[in-house]
Amino acid sequence: MGRALAVVIWALTLGSVSLFFVKKWWFPTAISSHAPALDRQFLITIIVVGLAFTAAQVGLGYMVWKYRDTGTPGRAKYTHGSSRLEVLWTVITAVIFIGLAVMGQSVWASLHFNQAPPGSFPVEVVAQQFQWNFHYAGRDGVPGRTDPTLIDDSTLNFIGLDEADPNAKDDAVHSVLAIPAGRPVELILRSKDVIHNFFVPQLRFKQDLVPGMAIRVHFTANTPGKYELACAELCGQLHFKMRSFMLVLPEDEHRELTALSQEDFQTRMTELLAKYQLPANN
Amino acid sequence: MSEEHETVHRHPAPTGFIRKYIFSVDHKVIGIQYIMLALVAVVVGMVMSVLMRMNLSWPGTNWPILGTLFPGGAPEGMMTPEFYLSLVTMHGTIMVFFVLTTAPQGGFGNYFLPIQIGAEDMAFPVLNMLSFWVTFVGFVVILTAIFYSGAESTVGPIGGWTGYAPLSALPNSGPGQGMGMNLWIISIAIFCIGSLLGALNFITTLLNMRTRGMSLMRMPLTCWAWFTTAVLALLSFPVLLGGGILLLLDRIALTSFFIPGGLYLSGVLSGTGNFPLHTGGSPILWQHLFWFFGHPEVYIAILPGMGATSHILATFARKPVFGYRAMVFAIFAIGLLGFFVWGHHMFISGMSPYSAMTFSILTLSIGVPSAVKTFNWLGTLWGGRIRFTTAMLFALGFVSLFVAGGITGLVLGQTSLDLPMHDTYFVPAHFHLVMGVASIFGMFAATYFWFPKMFGRFMNEKLGKLHFWITFIGVYCIFVPMHTMGIVGMPRRFAQFTEYEFLATLHPLVVFVSISAIVTVLVQVLFYFNLFWSIFKGEKAPENPWEATTLEWTTTSPPPHDNFAGHLPVVHHGPYEFSVPGAPRDFIMQTDAEAEVTSGNGHDGHGH
Repeated sequence: MGRALAVVIWALTLGSVSLFFVKKWWFPTAISSHAPALDRQFLITIIVVGLAFTAAQVGLGYMVWKYRDTGTPGRAKYTHGSSRLEVLWTVITAVIFIGLAVMGQSVWASLHFNQAPPGSFPVEVVAQQFQWNFHYAGRDGVPGRTDPTLIDDSTLNFIGLDEADPNAKDDAVHSVLAIPAGRPVELILRSKDVIHNFFVPQLRFKQDLVPGMAIRVHFTANTPGKYELACAELCGQLHFKMRSFMLVLPEDEHRELTALSQEDFQTRMTELLAKYQLPANN
Repeated sequence: MSEEHETVHRHPAPTGFIRKYIFSVDHKVIGIQYIMLALVAVVVGMVMSVLMRMNLSWPGTNWPILGTLFPGGAPEGMMTPEFYLSLVTMHGTIMVFFVLTTAPQGGFGNYFLPIQIGAEDMAFPVLNMLSFWVTFVGFVVILTAIFYSGAESTVGPIGGWTGYAPLSALPNSGPGQGMGMNLWIISIAIFCIGSLLGALNFITTLLNMRTRGMSLMRMPLTCWAWFTTAVLALLSFPVLLGGGILLLLDRIALTSFFIPGGLYLSGVLSGTGNFPLHTGGSPILWQHLFWFFGHPEVYIAILPGMGATSHILATFARKPVFGYRAMVFAIFAIGLLGFFVWGHHMFISGMSPYSAMTFSILTLSIGVPSAVKTFNWLGTLWGGRIRFTTAMLFALGFVSLFVAGGITGLVLGQTSLDLPMHDTYFVPAHFHLVMGVASIFGMFAATYFWFPKMFGRFMNEKLGKLHFWITFIGVYCIFVPMHTMGIVGMPRRFAQFTEYEFLATLHPLVVFVSISAIVTVLVQVLFYFNLFWSIFKGEKAPENPWEATTLEWTTTSPPPHDNFAGHLPVVHHGPYEFSVPGAPRDFIMQTDAEAEVTSGNGHDGHGH
């Protein structure tokens, strides 16, 4: 029985580890500036995790194999443990675990402990059940005033944009996020109703959109293309359908897009969505 | 060998059926009632998980039986997304509260804590009865939630077991979020009260009612685990209770604790039409209150399993627990640190990123006492003479699964790595392995181990072992692939994965997981059959069938109404004196007055 259990434990360990090792199912190719460092931290962590997992399981298998009761005379080893080993083991694990936690702060800090760099492209994001609205400031770079009392679904004014505000004249609102490649982007995240979450796997980024808050985040996407945008916080009945796209455009193409008037903007977005395909390694 | 006893006044057992089996104040009967409740609840929870897996793997399929049972949730047999989400909510709530909190603590804790410390009963037997019946009412209420959401449909609340506001706070936020959601909150509030009463009882009993000689450091590790669990429950459940009451007030008294102003939902602005005016609330406050409870709850679920595992490993390895003192400190450290890590559920919630950093470091620190426990379990096996009973197999399975599930906490606990992993399948993979399956393995081990004591008969070992092998392999097949789904980025709580191109490649894994889950669930029929068949037909068990050392094995199987038949045992030894050199047998009972733990003379052939 002990040997059978050891073999099963080792086989399950091998199977589990190889699922991570062959990488048949893995992260999609990253496109953001912070992603390489994050992927490296993930790799270091998963190696530590894999080694610790394997060591513990191999050890467990070894114990049940080696110390199975074979019916021979004699008794088990009589010991109550070793304080020195306990202290040593505690110190080793504390150093490794807390070391990982400290290392794991750097990408986080680079994204969250700083304001968006000057010259970032700002987009106001307004999420709702089960739809994304991206509010572009237009040529003047100043977004028009919004007010929830002005929201009118019948005129497609989903974010309550105040048309009377001069700053709103050149604004565009679209369900797709179009951002420039290689330039920092600042999102101002809001929600009209419940909590949503902005998640693009290729960005290695995620942030809740909380009603009553305007959460500012920033990142830089480098590879032009069309990427799926998901809501990753349970937001109700059709949560699983709250999908949109993030278009990362070459800077000139993006500059041209954002200079367009509201109607031309919509037409151009339709063209761009057709032009860019989802990445093959999705 | 002589045994000392303290003679005490003997309480006769009640004779009427109702006082004996229904409204019993006997901690043993109450323990069995809790276990029965968990056995019923876990079937409901498992069936729900199978329904969810069916919907995810074979979307759009017609299941006529579903249409009959849930005409609103699955019209024509096709599962609606809101029905899927209410299954998610109910599965989580029922499993966490009514299975993982009832069986380990209310069940086995109730039955064995008084016996293991040499007490006749709990400190407050009537309170004990009340805690069970309050919990039972909570379970009835949660069942009504899924069948009640107004006239037209049978869909429960859809907010997940975490019930994040304002989705949970607004009756107009979706189907099932009306009366179903109210019932969900009321059920949890009732459950909190039941658990609080239980926790008070456990703490008082353990501190005041230990028999002569049972010093704290002579207690079995199970008692340390139940005690720490009770302290966690005492400090965390009131916070959930308070939060739940505030949430209910937001819903029915139109307060705004968790609801900010200016909301626009389903085409209506807050303060206009039939959408009441709300202003000034904070959705994140709910998350703080919920997780201040929610994280200790994880340890409430698993600590008793850890205790049972330590206890059973020592018994069947025929060795003292390696580093008993370190194990006690580790339990305390886990319990204490468990109160300061709740923010790791909220890194990306909009909470201060500096708080996130602090929570992250504290979170990875909690891995240290967990690693100490694993190290000591392996140390306990080292040099042992392991007897592979079914109980032992499940305890060994617990160690394996605790490592497998716990270790990915090193990934999720890091702020940076939470950015891609949060709310993906990596998270359910992690917590199902560690707080779900590992805890349940601890309870399976406890069941096979203590069944002879509870019913005077053995469970069938052959069936038990078959149950172990398939379940052990099955749970690895279910939950390990979920990690890779999470790495690809598959979000949890999606009713279907058909909407996203990037999830298409995962379909084979999704189907594999579902088939593994269905097989594993079906195998549990073996366990149920074995359990109920053995109560009546199992092989008769003696007083101490496993040659174990602690007090529950000094009394009859099953123990009499007052546990020790009018006497209280007197304790002379630590809990795990196995294979003491020179002792006549390879175990020394805690009550054995004559055995000398340190002496080398004995009758085992070495001393003469």
